[in-house]
Amino acid sequence: MIRLCVSAILAVSCLAAAVMPAQAYKVFVTNEKDNTVSVIDSDTLEVEKTFDVGQRPRGITVTKDGKFLLICASDDDTVQVFDIKTHKLVKTLPSGPDPELFILHPSGNPLYIANEDDNLVTVVDLEANRVLAEIPVGVEPEGMAISPDGKVLVNTSETTNMAHFIDTASHEIIANVLVDSRPRYAEFTADGSQLWVSSEIGGTVAVIDPATREIVKTFTFEVPGVTQEALQPVGIRITKDGSTAFVALGPSNRVAVIDARSLELKKYLLVGQRVWQLAFTPDEKYLFSTNGVSNDISVIDVAKLKVIKSIRTGRFPWGVVVVPE
Amino acid sequence: MSSAMPMGRIRIVASAMFMSAVLLPAGAFISAAAFAQGDLAQIRIGYVRQLAARPPNLSNLIEPPEDEGFAGGRLSVRDNNTTGRFLSQSFTLEELDVAVGEDALPGFIRMVDAGTNFFVLDVPADVLLEMSDAVRGKNIVIFNVSATDDRLRDEDCRQNIMHIVPSRSMYSDALAQFLVWKKWRNWLLVTGPEERDKLFADAVRKSARKFGAKVVDERNWDFGADARRTAQAEVPAFTQGVDYDMLIVADEFGVFGEYLMFRTWDPRPVAGTQGLNPSTWHLTHEQWGSAQLQSRFVKTNKRRMTALDYQAWAAIRAIGEAATRTSSADFGEMEAYLQNPEFELAGFKGLPLTFRDWNWQLRQPILLVQPAALVSVSPQPGFLHQRSVLDTMGLDKKESNCTLN
Repeated sequence: MIRLCVSAILAVSCLAAAVMPAQAYKVFVTNEKDNTVSVIDSDTLEVEKTFDVGQRPRGITVTKDGKFLLICASDDDTVQVFDIKTHKLVKTLPSGPDPELFILHPSGNPLYIANEDDNLVTVVDLEANRVLAEIPVGVEPEGMAISPDGKVLVNTSETTNMAHFIDTASHEIIANVLVDSRPRYAEFTADGSQLWVSSEIGGTVAVIDPATREIVKTFTFEVPGVTQEALQPVGIRITKDGSTAFVALGPSNRVAVIDARSLELKKYLLVGQRVWQLAFTPDEKYLFSTNGVSNDISVIDVAKLKVIKSIRTGRFPWGVVVVPE
Repeated sequence: MSSAMPMGRIRIVASAMFMSAVLLPAGAFISAAAFAQGDLAQIRIGYVRQLAARPPNLSNLIEPPEDEGFAGGRLSVRDNNTTGRFLSQSFTLEELDVAVGEDALPGFIRMVDAGTNFFVLDVPADVLLEMSDAVRGKNIVIFNVSATDDRLRDEDCRQNIMHIVPSRSMYSDALAQFLVWKKWRNWLLVTGPEERDKLFADAVRKSARKFGAKVVDERNWDFGADARRTAQAEVPAFTQGVDYDMLIVADEFGVFGEYLMFRTWDPRPVAGTQGLNPSTWHLTHEQWGSAQLQSRFVKTNKRRMTALDYQAWAAIRAIGEAATRTSSADFGEMEAYLQNPEFELAGFKGLPLTFRDWNWQLRQPILLVQPAALVSVSPQPGFLHQRSVLDTMGLDKKESNCTLN
């Protein structure tokens, strides 16, 4: 395998690659205003391809077998399924109107989709290609998370300002936790002991104990020289060992780094403009952030907590997923 | 005029019974008797509309929708009820449409006596004050959604009136910031004959002083109303002999302002009540999640959402937010929360909307729009304030002579 190594950091990884084949990944980024997906190689950190998808692509994930990309084509009111190798449209799922974000059950099926326009969470069987249930939730459902055991689905509603806890067996809401204004994103820790919810307009992140459904900690953010209004948390990712959480802070152009054990803020990383969603490489070496206004993604070295590169994408990069090659 | 409806026409809209109501068509009007109260906490909202008396109407002009404002209020009640389902709260909306020239007070008092605590009022300033004073000391909070008069945020403020609609000075400051940022600082001010035109012109002069622009000359429009066939001849002469960057027009009823554009002696853009116009909402506004509210509104009403619809939506969402956050339908708790500095509303403007504690004006970013596009959003970059950048627009704490009590 021949590669051009352009930086000292990459040189090290290339060398390592030469000795022991390291895992290479593909990074897929939805470009909301271009109706495309950018494909980035995690070794070269270059865009290697851009392909057309449906209108206003936002949420993106991969099927459990790694063969297909699922993309919320919000303005087409569908979830599109693309072959991960050929980038060809395979089929569309009956998603309900205006799908924005979704989450797969840990078993790989079904898919739970937030339908912002209709105050619904739609449950779709991927294999049978049909809607299993529609769950009425609060106004403007967006954030979606599922407990590692697959028993509890969480949806956040942006105008109702709640995290709705839903029993995945009965499709009934079992609890509602009120959080700050405009909850955008929810994420369980890998051990299921915490649920993190970001509130964009409230400017906070709530850490909820899923057992008691009590908020155990509320983070607020402060960066010298940045107005308080600009610190708007959206995407959240937590390392598998539960040690470190990353929170994208929207128009402040920062990603907050939090010690997820002591629940203390560690530092802020400067990334591109209007940072929304985040994704790790499966080995958690890198974290990618989508920066909507600067039309790029930032590459964060997770061990060093440093931003090492920006990669130009299409217009308004929104969602990101990383998969093994 | 087309939007004047028979006096005392009352409709009651939406109830918690319709919670499964994602499937229910909007605006399902049912009689009060149909409510099964159950153990739901009831929050009753009254909405009174009385349009201002206007000069003689001109034919063929673009009329506002008949249900303007009401439609925004109904959508907001539905949003609140979707949330209320999780807290056993139910919101109802009672609408009263009062014809121009009729007395709006008796209908309002009837609703107060029937136990309604929260009101959305789309009425002229004098009527607003009359209503406010009639219920002084009672358990009433009024949301003003249409009176832009600065005096209501100044010496004529009231403890029981919270202002969702921006004041004229907020609008003119929003516009002035943009023009100063563009370095279009020399203005020709053209004012119509109505009292409200003069008030907007006052606000424009103050904004010019505040932000370092200059009103280089002023003209009063006195060519009468229907200038469609005469404007091409009149406006060039009317705008001659002055060196300026921007024509600012004060014509709140829209009688002549539209006829200035493309007819000035020099090629100059027009802003103010026509042309580049400051507003709370626009059909092309899509940022900060607003596309979601827009599509919800269009789907329900088969028309676009107007600024007044948005103002009514925001007023009733504020009531809903107070009920949600206090988990209560108790008037005292809700009022205290609304008037607490912690109160904030997510209003699709990118920043939390909050109330100024010196005159109960809602702080908010202001859109600058032209008919088919959003041009900018104020405050503009670089206009700073020690408290909130939103306080660069409108009467600041030290400027306001309001005493709330």
